Amino acid sequence: MAILADFKAEKPTWCPGCGDFGVLNALQRASVELGLDPEEMVVVSGIGCSGKLSAYFGSYGLHSIHGRSLPTAQGVKLANRELTVLAAGGDGDGFGIGLGHFIHAMRRNIDITYLVMDNHIYGLTTGQTSPTSDAGMITKTAPTGAVEEPVHPLHLALVTGCGFVAQGFSGDIVQLATIVKRAIAHKGFSFVNIFSPCVTYNKQNTYEFYKSHVKKVEDDPTYDAGNRFAALERVTEANALLTGVLYEGDRVTFEDGHAKYSTKGLATQEHTLSDDDYVKLLADFR
Amino acid sequence: MLQELSWKVGGQQGEGIDSTGKTFSSSLNRMGYFIYSYRHFSSRIKGGHTNDKVRVSTVQRFSSADKLDILLAFDQETIDFNGHELRAGGVVVADAKFNPVLPANIADDVILFSIPFTKLAEQNGASIMKNMVALGATAFVMGLSPDFCAAELQSKFGKKSQKIVDQNLAAVQAGYDAMKAQGQDFPELHLAPATPDKHLFLIGNDAIGFGALAAGVKIMPAYPITPASDVMEYLIKKLPQVGGVVVQTEDEIAALTMTIGASYAGSRTLTATSGPGLSLMMEAMGLAGMTETPVVIIDTQRGGPSTGLPTKHEQSDMNAVLFGTHGEIPKIVLAPATAEECFTATVDAFNYAEKYQCPTILITDLALSLASQSAKMFDYDYVTIDRGSLADPADLAKVVPGEMFKRYAHTSDGVSPRVFPGQKGGLHHVTGVEHNEVGRPDEGQANHVKMMDKRLGKLKGVELPNSVTYQGSENPDVLLVGVGSSYGPIGEALERLQQAGLSVGHAHVHVLSPFPVKALGDRMKNAKQVIVAESNATGQLFHLIRFHGLSHPEMQSYTKYDGTPFVPGEIENKVKGSMIEWQR
Ligand SMILES: Cc1ncc(C[n+]2csc(CCOP(=O)(O)OP(=O)(O)O)c2C)c(N)n1
Ligand code: SF4
Ligand SMILES: [Mg+2]
Repeated sequence: MAILADFKAEKPTWCPGCGDFGVLNALQRASVELGLDPEEMVVVSGIGCSGKLSAYFGSYGLHSIHGRSLPTAQGVKLANRELTVLAAGGDGDGFGIGLGHFIHAMRRNIDITYLVMDNHIYGLTTGQTSPTSDAGMITKTAPTGAVEEPVHPLHLALVTGCGFVAQGFSGDIVQLATIVKRAIAHKGFSFVNIFSPCVTYNKQNTYEFYKSHVKKVEDDPTYDAGNRFAALERVTEANALLTGVLYEGDRVTFEDGHAKYSTKGLATQEHTLSDDDYVKLLADFR
Repeated sequence: MLQELSWKVGGQQGEGIDSTGKTFSSSLNRMGYFIYSYRHFSSRIKGGHTNDKVRVSTVQRFSSADKLDILLAFDQETIDFNGHELRAGGVVVADAKFNPVLPANIADDVILFSIPFTKLAEQNGASIMKNMVALGATAFVMGLSPDFCAAELQSKFGKKSQKIVDQNLAAVQAGYDAMKAQGQDFPELHLAPATPDKHLFLIGNDAIGFGALAAGVKIMPAYPITPASDVMEYLIKKLPQVGGVVVQTEDEIAALTMTIGASYAGSRTLTATSGPGLSLMMEAMGLAGMTETPVVIIDTQRGGPSTGLPTKHEQSDMNAVLFGTHGEIPKIVLAPATAEECFTATVDAFNYAEKYQCPTILITDLALSLASQSAKMFDYDYVTIDRGSLADPADLAKVVPGEMFKRYAHTSDGVSPRVFPGQKGGLHHVTGVEHNEVGRPDEGQANHVKMMDKRLGKLKGVELPNSVTYQGSENPDVLLVGVGSSYGPIGEALERLQQAGLSVGHAHVHVLSPFPVKALGDRMKNAKQVIVAESNATGQLFHLIRFHGLSHPEMQSYTKYDGTPFVPGEIENKVKGSMIEWQR
């Protein structure tokens, strides 16, 4: 059984205090607690400070290109359904350049887990506006304040039919690890948005801000995570400052929807067509 | 008696012109004739002129004919638009319904027959069978029996109901009788009998799809686009039978990155697209090159730039395929010339991709991808599956826990053994960032140089087998160089020029990268004059040859970019013209 040290790889180069440390930590804990084998896991990341997660986590890792962690991760999962596959990236990566893939990954419902380190800013490119930057936020590219309405990832996920929608905060690793565990265990596409403060370029969405504003749904006995529309309402009322599993429901996965699709990894399967198949297939061409 | 005949059916899109052409072609293919059928169609679903030009021959042909013997017309536009292609003595058979007339620009002695296709079809059950009536009329002109299409109709409708088959056959007979009743016989249009060999009848894209199955492909992520979609549509039907799946992705960026993910995880995976989608794939292509992930991309060229001519022929993506993506990566680019080669090259593409661990692009053109053609039976023995260098489990067992597997180990040929996620002892990291042997980011100067050399070195000095084929004189006065589907028209022009006693040669390029410098250079050296014929405006192949340091004092570029493929006569005339020019 793998221990915490098995899920550690290279020493992170994030700025001291960066929220992404908490995400890495929570993922490592969740993996240990689920009894996962690092050799049976793949983390596919995008580009950004957040995208470095794949290099710091001790499983197989694939650092893709900006905005494309999701289609890449779906490809990995399709080639081998026996693997535990995660995609990870930033708010710019997932809700800016990669937003289309996000919506379609939810529709498609391939059994992977998507972790977004949402710091409301472009970290790696040193502080430009991100699609989740609050309106009015002053950044390098919005010197007089952002005028565009931010993207609302939780709302998008809820209305797109995503089967697992959660939000965490890297300042609360215990809760986040629990959420990630459930997300990985969920069958189908699961989405976890994580408030992951950028201590260098975002002086607005700080640890303090989240600590004083965020409410946990676990603490609210009236919260019903089985009701998509109720979740939408509660998320809206709370201005999306809620953490916990916000919605979980059952949906047929893409893999199961294709009844004849191999349940085993494809790498080691027979690649050669039988003589019989060869002849039969050619008979179509007359 | 004719050894070959050129036939065309035309009308409005959505009127069943395609199925008329298909029934005609398949029936004759079943009889042992070789077919080459090329469709003219537009980017709209209903309406607009469409036609199918079919060449029927007792020998295999890879091109449309220059002229037309028989034109079957369902509207006046068909006659007006295509009449000029008819040779002297050609025949037009048209639906009496629209009172057809011959236009002024038509060859001498062309005869028009007005046959009530629609009316006879209605009398036999339904007006949609007017196509069958027309086929019956054609059969009479060509000296075929009216039941020449019985086997095809049986296989097409037999499962639905015997009544439909019988009705259709009755309609064919009615057309035959009506044509016969015109009281004229056409012995000069009768086809010589074919040797009853069995040929395949398919489009290039089918051959690619089938090749992919034979190569062990299990996953295809793709986004629909003309003229690539048929590959996807074929595999949607077939992949489930082998436990695989097609994913219709949200765009081509997803298609290629998903392909990369699946290939990385060990599946043989391909995607297929055309110009606009190819442009969207460029960044991901670089990722595949940088991470040394074998991927196979099919690029079926159509008319560009931008949306361009979506349903027309062109060979203008070569530069993009070869030079596209930022930075420098190794790429293999295969350019098949025939349907048979679409099959073999697809099988090869997977073996090369895995052997050299780099993106491998199979580039076709619209004529090759979409022309329905007779092909010799595919040879199963050709298929081998070579997954390239894979890590030895014994070596993996030696990887010390806590250490990473050297996925990018430096080796003598630059190719490092692969492992697939899930394998024990194989943990490593893969990234598009410059990296070290275990895949960790490393921006060091020496490391970058070493890794660039490793990746690019994999193809350095490599010349793949059969990258240039050659026909003709050893020391030709004129050497023709082509790529892709122009293999047919160039080859046929060569035949005619040789018959006319001229000294000519035809070198066809089947691999664009790594470029066959030696194989082509050897041919160019022996020629007095070189003509590079291709379907684009700027002479991409011409410049590619020079880019690779091959030159010739008498080398010229011959381009065509009006959306239609070359026909043999054009090449023939070009060569004759430049020989006169040169002798001056
Ligand atoms: C196609 C492309 N465009 C732009 C970039 C430059 N770029 C790298 S990361 C990034 C944004 C990072 O922001 P985010 O995704 O929020 O990640 P963070 O660094 O905040 O974790 C950009 C624009 C790129 N790598 N690729
Ligand atoms: S810039 Fe921001 S997001 Fe990037 S490592 Fe530093 S704190 Fe983290
Ligand atoms: Mg960010």
